[in-house]
Amino acid sequence: MTLWTNDIFQVLVNHQVRQVAYVPDAGHTHLINRCGQYGEMVSVPLTTEEEGIALLAGAWLGGDRGVLLMQSSGVGNCLNMFSLTRTCRMPLLMLVTMRGEWGEFNPWQVPMGQNTEKFLKAADILTFHVDESNRLGEATEAAARMVFEGPAAAAVLISQRIIGTKTFME
Amino acid sequence: MDLDRSNHYTLRRREVVKILLDQRDSGLLIVAGLGAPAWDVTAAGDEPLNFPLWGAMGGAVSIGLGLAIAQPTRRILVITGDGEMLMGLGSLATVSIQSPSNLAILVLDNERYGETGMQATHTAGNVDLAAVARATGFSECHNIADKKRLRSLLPQIQKGEGPLFINVKVRAENLPLVLPPKDGAFLKDRFRIALFGSDAVS
Repeated sequence: MTLWTNDIFQVLVNHQVRQVAYVPDAGHTHLINRCGQYGEMVSVPLTTEEEGIALLAGAWLGGDRGVLLMQSSGVGNCLNMFSLTRTCRMPLLMLVTMRGEWGEFNPWQVPMGQNTEKFLKAADILTFHVDESNRLGEATEAAARMVFEGPAAAAVLISQRIIGTKTFME
Repeated sequence: MDLDRSNHYTLRRREVVKILLDQRDSGLLIVAGLGAPAWDVTAAGDEPLNFPLWGAMGGAVSIGLGLAIAQPTRRILVITGDGEMLMGLGSLATVSIQSPSNLAILVLDNERYGETGMQATHTAGNVDLAAVARATGFSECHNIADKKRLRSLLPQIQKGEGPLFINVKVRAENLPLVLPPKDGAFLKDRFRIALFGSDAVS
């Protein structure tokens, strides 16, 4: 397992995150597996990312902290549901693996990948764009603190430089 | 699409919700989907442990799921409409995978989009929401169209092993608005205070 995954996992544990909602992404594989094996967390695979925004609002109503793991294309699916987060001032922590930004082979990923941060900003969501793996732990810690002590909505954007560019040759 | 059918259903939505929430268990947590279901729940009594939605269309079931996972010893009842449910059909599949035994979903299906002018929803055609729920893996799915059946299923809705899905065919009608508070942050805070005490917002 890569070191940055351990760093993020430890931050989630320290902040007592319980519900881990996700739409799978290759870049999140290790973290999803790690959370799935940890008895204090409940993994909730989704059919679309906006379910995660609503799920984590319900989690917070019931006293659970959560995190949403997705890739950049999923942010586009969430836009209207962010109204729930903002209107109700719900805490929302998102970890977004970026596509369409660094040597992307699939042009269909580029429109969303190039605008992910812009869309998040438009929805008044704090963003932490990280392109060095050794800074992911501290960025997640900073985001989690603002989310759960705010409350605030925040996204850590994990650069495609860290994850590596996908090809069909792998 | 049959635009006339739901004009003749015998069940009336306000009465259905009144029967559901008559002698309400103090531990019951309710998520009410936007539009008429939120007004119906409010007409039965505006309570801190109601979370009525004014937006987030398609999200009611997912909110209920997050709540059900967080509060496994309490009953969670999602009361929503057919239009709202149709926008979040995938969330039924997500519930099925988690299979929370404390979650009940009840759809007030008048086959219309009530807030936008009573246009037909897909359930005015051949779409059967209870059958959709069954196909996603819910073992308890029911279609209700009369009061006798509603009353006979009450114990199951209130206490039965979930997740369960109840689709109630109700008459298409425009009723006087009974509005819950509109401020989402207030609705969230009063819900959490009712559950956890005033520390929940400190």
